[in-house]
Amino acid sequence: MSGADDGPVSPSVAGLRARFAGAVRRAVVSCGDTVVYLEPTRAHEVLAWLRDDPSQQFDYLMDITAVEYRDEERPLEVVWQLRSLSRRQDLRLKTELAKDAPLEVDSVYDLWKGADWLEREVFDMFGITFRGHPDLRRILMWETYGEGFPLRKSFPLRGHFNRAEQTRQALAANPEAHYSLEELSIAAAYAELPPEMAQRLARGQRGEVA
Amino acid sequence: MSTRTIEVGLRTPTVDPSGAVRLEPLGVQLPPHTPVQDDLGGEHMLVNIGPQHPATHGVLRLVVELDGETVVRVVPHIGYLHSGFEKLGEYRFYNQIIPLTDRTDYLSPMANNVCLALAAEKLMGIEITERCTVLRVIACEISRIISHLVWLGTTGIDLGAFTPFLWLFQQRERLYDLQEAWTGARLTTSLTRVGGLMADIPDGFEAGLLDFCRTFPKTLDEVDSMFTRNAIWCGRTQGVGVISGPDAINYSLSGPMLRASGVDYDVRKDRPYLGYETYDFDVPVGEHGDIYDRYRVRLEEMYQSNRILVQALDRLARLKGAPINVSDPRVILPPKHRAMSDMEAMIFHFKQVMEGVKAPVGEAYFGVENPKGELGYYFVSDGTAKPVRWRIRPPSFINLACLPKLCEGVLLSDVIAINASIDIVMGEIDR
Repeated sequence: MSGADDGPVSPSVAGLRARFAGAVRRAVVSCGDTVVYLEPTRAHEVLAWLRDDPSQQFDYLMDITAVEYRDEERPLEVVWQLRSLSRRQDLRLKTELAKDAPLEVDSVYDLWKGADWLEREVFDMFGITFRGHPDLRRILMWETYGEGFPLRKSFPLRGHFNRAEQTRQALAANPEAHYSLEELSIAAAYAELPPEMAQRLARGQRGEVA
Repeated sequence: MSTRTIEVGLRTPTVDPSGAVRLEPLGVQLPPHTPVQDDLGGEHMLVNIGPQHPATHGVLRLVVELDGETVVRVVPHIGYLHSGFEKLGEYRFYNQIIPLTDRTDYLSPMANNVCLALAAEKLMGIEITERCTVLRVIACEISRIISHLVWLGTTGIDLGAFTPFLWLFQQRERLYDLQEAWTGARLTTSLTRVGGLMADIPDGFEAGLLDFCRTFPKTLDEVDSMFTRNAIWCGRTQGVGVISGPDAINYSLSGPMLRASGVDYDVRKDRPYLGYETYDFDVPVGEHGDIYDRYRVRLEEMYQSNRILVQALDRLARLKGAPINVSDPRVILPPKHRAMSDMEAMIFHFKQVMEGVKAPVGEAYFGVENPKGELGYYFVSDGTAKPVRWRIRPPSFINLACLPKLCEGVLLSDVIAINASIDIVMGEIDR
């Protein structure tokens, strides 16, 4: 069995290096796919160029996700999978976020509307904040979910709380909490909430382990 | 090879004032729906649809803000079926992940199994046998037909047509019988293994599938004559839920949703896998990006899948008796009788079951054209037998994300039609 680390590097890498000398950390090939590692602060700028430059035309955002390795020393990675529909080319871009700093990266929602839910999911599952996302809420877990970020390696497979506690929390949840603040304001119900709950919702209670 | 794309634009015969017959495009010149200006002058109303509602196709919950009957905003809430498949995958060997894929898009389990095996094989650098390739094509296309049949039937019900649902489910049952004979299951098929398949097709499968391929287009023709020129169907679907080609790309739509908007992109043609480039089939592409074009694209895809199945059966006949698994004892379990009688085979069996198949350090993304759109599995390996990360690129999750955009300014009843046209399956969205 072989196959890893072979194949030619995507021609886009040369263009990237020429245009953004400081922003490209390294480029590797794995199983025939080119992976380019970017400087976290400049990722948005590079992605915008890849989308708009006539020689690149990566107009289609296939996926956004994140990777955490079992090795605790290794940084978290945010992954963008780009595709050029006209040139039939793929490119995978990554940026590494050190775990001792805030996990933040610029949102690409302004470039691709498709990033909306994908970034929300990465936030929900890994706790990575996308700066500039208009509506960064949890998406698969509920808004008041308090056990943390499920896809982090520090999150045990069975969850932080035991089954009895999970059941207790589920039964104790106020159904009103399943509406977002915006929705409640439309229904003019926000003003009628108990003050304690209004405060709790306003704080967001996003993924803090109790 | 035949033409790359085929037109789905329709013309209907009519007469002009002088009495001469001419062909008129069907309803596509309808003016776009203009929202009623604050007709009640009152407050907006918040309506909750779901999560337990037959028209939301699963446990989807929509919170709709209404001004009279006009939709101002739709906020989808998902996650009611979240099972943490991606997390579970990190604790399993590659072959043990295959049963998880059955339960994501549960309307096309065999196609998911195939995608997972292809992704793992790309990561490990395994070349599969020719017979296995053909059988996997058959599995994918059967899944496509099953999924589209369910879509068409349930969407018909959503818009008030019950009869085609029964015709279509009758055909679906025939395919499910074949699927059951092959895999032993109607839903949890777990058909593939890394490097091959769980089982070869049983006796009588080819004859059964050929019989299906011969008679199935007749049912499609009947449904075609029931829907395609039906005034109610056209009225409910044409010009509703429109998304333009550039917008569809910007929203990362894939599959029939993307092609109905006129973007000619099909993974089977443009990044061919399983030898799809050697099959003769067309990719239907729509024009208007409305519900009607999505219907036309999916209907035509079923005819095309049928064509592919006939060609695959032809190839299968020439590969009778050929192996379905690669001959690598590190990847494929030895036959049971050898594992019980031969020392070496028993060691390989033991090592595979206890230690799993190790993948080299690296990462691989593999995308296939699933019925719902492009399904992609992304593996990251650190050299052990379990992936560090198993990411599902879920086509219906990404397609559903544009629902709020499609529902801007439509009527409440159109929300149901638009939601149906996206072809979602919640098992895959919530994962």
